[in-house]
Amino acid sequence: MHAFCNLFECLDRSSGTKARVAALAAYFSEAPAADAAWALQLLLGKRRRRLLTGRRLREVCLGAAGLPEWLFDACHAQVGDSAETIALLLPELNLPAQEPLDLPLHQWMAERLPALAALEGEAQAQAVLQIWASLPPPQVFVFNKLLSGGFRVGVSTGLVTRALAVVSELEEAELAHRLMGGFEPSAAAFTALLCPTAGSEAAPISRPYPFFLASPLEPERLQADDPAQWRAEWKWDGIRGQLIRRAGTTFLWSRGEELVNDSFPELVALGDALPDGTVLDGEVIVWPAAAERPLGFAALQRRLGRRSASRALREACPAAFVAYDLLEAGGRDQRLQPLAARLQALGQLSAAVQAGAADTIKGCLRLSAGLPLESWEALEPLRSQARQAGAEGLMLKRLDSPYLAGRKRGHWWKHKLEPMELDAVLLYAQAGSGRRANLFTDYTFGVWATAGLEPAAGSVDPEPAAGDSVRIEPSAAESRPRQLVTFAKAYSGLSDAEITALDRWIRRHTTERFGPVRAVEPLQVFTLGFEGIQRSSRHRSGVAVRFPRILRWRQDKPAAEADTLAAAEALLEDG
Amino acid sequence: MLPPGALIQHTPQGLYCPAADAWIDPWRPVPRALITHAHADHARPGSQVYWAVGSAAGVLRQRLGQGIDLRAVAYGQELRLGDATVSFHSAGHVLGSAQVRISAGGETWLISGDYKRDADPSCVPFEPVAADVLITEATFGLPVYRWRPGQEVAAEIAAWWKQAPERPSLLFCYAFGKAQRLLAELHQLGLNEEVLLHGAVQTLMAPYREQGIAMPPTRPASELPRSEPLAGRLVLAPPSAHRSVWMKRFKAPQTGFVSGWMAVRGARRRRGYERGFVLSDHADWNGLLTTVRQSQARQVYVTHGQGDVLARYLREVEGISAEPLSGGFAAERGMEGEDLDERQKPEGQEAPLEKAGEETPG
Ligand SMILES: [Zn+2]
Ligand SMILES: [Zn+2]
Repeated sequence: MHAFCNLFECLDRSSGTKARVAALAAYFSEAPAADAAWALQLLLGKRRRRLLTGRRLREVCLGAAGLPEWLFDACHAQVGDSAETIALLLPELNLPAQEPLDLPLHQWMAERLPALAALEGEAQAQAVLQIWASLPPPQVFVFNKLLSGGFRVGVSTGLVTRALAVVSELEEAELAHRLMGGFEPSAAAFTALLCPTAGSEAAPISRPYPFFLASPLEPERLQADDPAQWRAEWKWDGIRGQLIRRAGTTFLWSRGEELVNDSFPELVALGDALPDGTVLDGEVIVWPAAAERPLGFAALQRRLGRRSASRALREACPAAFVAYDLLEAGGRDQRLQPLAARLQALGQLSAAVQAGAADTIKGCLRLSAGLPLESWEALEPLRSQARQAGAEGLMLKRLDSPYLAGRKRGHWWKHKLEPMELDAVLLYAQAGSGRRANLFTDYTFGVWATAGLEPAAGSVDPEPAAGDSVRIEPSAAESRPRQLVTFAKAYSGLSDAEITALDRWIRRHTTERFGPVRAVEPLQVFTLGFEGIQRSSRHRSGVAVRFPRILRWRQDKPAAEADTLAAAEALLEDG
Repeated sequence: MLPPGALIQHTPQGLYCPAADAWIDPWRPVPRALITHAHADHARPGSQVYWAVGSAAGVLRQRLGQGIDLRAVAYGQELRLGDATVSFHSAGHVLGSAQVRISAGGETWLISGDYKRDADPSCVPFEPVAADVLITEATFGLPVYRWRPGQEVAAEIAAWWKQAPERPSLLFCYAFGKAQRLLAELHQLGLNEEVLLHGAVQTLMAPYREQGIAMPPTRPASELPRSEPLAGRLVLAPPSAHRSVWMKRFKAPQTGFVSGWMAVRGARRRRGYERGFVLSDHADWNGLLTTVRQSQARQVYVTHGQGDVLARYLREVEGISAEPLSGGFAAERGMEGEDLDERQKPEGQEAPLEKAGEETPG
């Protein structure tokens, strides 16, 4: 574990890509395969089961420390993380010294941690305390993180893959492919992963291909090209998926490499109707068979939230697979074929399915149609129609492009609609976590609504974090009283300098506190951008926005001039 | 809040002692100011007469003007001001830092100013002082803050510097106090190679050298001929120089930041330095508790930072009557009582809402 903790510390502090890859490569080449396998699993951020809750760790710590609970909580508020708070408070516990413990990582992961979790009550508390006393402080932090399932390293899969490529002398794309669909943390799996000769026979039949990702459009790079060399499609507002039919079995993978077969039984049925050795890339979306355009993302979210889909839900929100690429046909990898050839084969395949399959299945397969694009001047007018088509923008793909792994610029571009914008007033703030613990970075915003619509009798909802609330405008100068209704939460979009300044402002203009949440004077206006807006009975404002984020801090704008709920409703997609 | 009629009063200018007719670290101009130390949030310009420890005079004049009316006193020397007896006692915070003890009418108050309990070769060690009432700082008033000896941290810094002979090592720290302490700690480790300095650090070297503090030779980085290589050199600079134009001169530097705030991972990561070294010129949790106990004060008031936490701990666990000195005090103080982590304005930019003051020490 010592070597792994050193790697973690090194990655945690060095920002340079080169140094990080070097540290990773050094670890992978030196660590025993069994440890390297677990380290890889952790670095890839594959969710580990939470063995013990942070609350339980806190309880064990408090039981031994004789610290008042409120003092622990004050520390936690400053540190922003239970595992680290405990590691920092450890000297307060005055634990009897223990023999230092340095077990290999795989032994911790496969044996010691699960064994700890299996213990109960006092026996468990004693075992945890004994381990705390036998580890140096940086390892206590990592140990707590591993135990509470919150271990994260800020390192991308791409970087890890690059380091593995250095160690193994394999191509990054090959490694990326081998890592798709999950990695089992065993010495054998790690050795096989880096094996120079491991062929496709060794691959599990479920393994998806690495997704090829589009980059935001750089229009100047298109000007020299003939539009005829490009294919335009809608950018659908669902989730990216890969539908695999191999050896008589169907697998539906999400872009997050989660197997979502259970959530979408109708798409599994579609997969069962595909010829063996077929892999489709496309969009999972809710789209009733007879409808002209798909339903909004909210409908899809209802399906994603469930482990299995009830009949009623499937009927209300029927899923479809909008195919836009063919990655494998007849058991052969098609990715190096030009896009035009892949699309042609995809068209034939779709036609065959539509001819042979049952009616219930036919509606589940759609092709993402090519859109006419005669000149680059036609691009913007085309994009502006995306919302009517139920899409979130345009995709541009070179017809001769291969299907690469990851984000490689130049072949595929995405051109999303400009976000919708509204000016809203900051109402509540809450401290962030991790890097932003200790700073108020999670904000809740409101827009103006005419008073009287709202059930609340004026004052502040005691639980703003959980839901929505209403605040009466402080100045009663208006003839008709207006009130601010919570409308959206947003986290990102401010610069570090702005976050710092706003944090200070929040501390000085707090009007009330509800646990970690502070109500502030409704004075600061921000322009929020969002991708979509829909009616929602769960929000008091009656609308829900998608991907809200802060575009600008409008220090020039008084709160009274922020937007109204009516302005938000005017943007409704069904309006 | 301070009770009405008490020896020390809370006024718009700051803490005021009517018996001595003097203010302690006033934040607005007053006729008579007793200054605990020369950090910008404690020593402000414009007062008629300043009283401070002699070894603080150099930095004070530099910062408040050569022409100020400054009355220098020695540590422990008793002054008669009005009806009060006033003395300054070492606070171990920076060169010339002091706690202020005031007695009148049979009662003694001690205003700690900023202080630390750890050994520091660049200033006189902290002197425990007994008082009836103690006003203490609590910048790091949480048990997660626990310092290791300065020599250990300095050895860590030296190792960090020495393992990168191919890169310049830029070490960011507060220009007054921390930088000179680091130099003195390095000297104690036997390191006497020349260290390069940012201009802001350079201006504070003379007062320390005049007091005979042993430090390695130093030179302003700006005076180094362009031809001379910077790889392997240690450079000290204030945090405001991080990511500034000044940094451009150093090719592929490794960067570190020295501050008590670096004890917490989130704070380390947010700052964007490669390394954080935990070294503070303020007392840690244990240092605060020890100081309160040794003062034997029957009443404690807490300023700076985690005032409410320390006060509650003193009341509920130690059984000492204690209260935070909050409200206008913390707000007037600038950012010290407020934001614990980002008192420094964001590097290179002015915060849009408030003019951040001069750097305040962490
Ligand atoms: Zn100070
Ligand atoms: Zn201070």
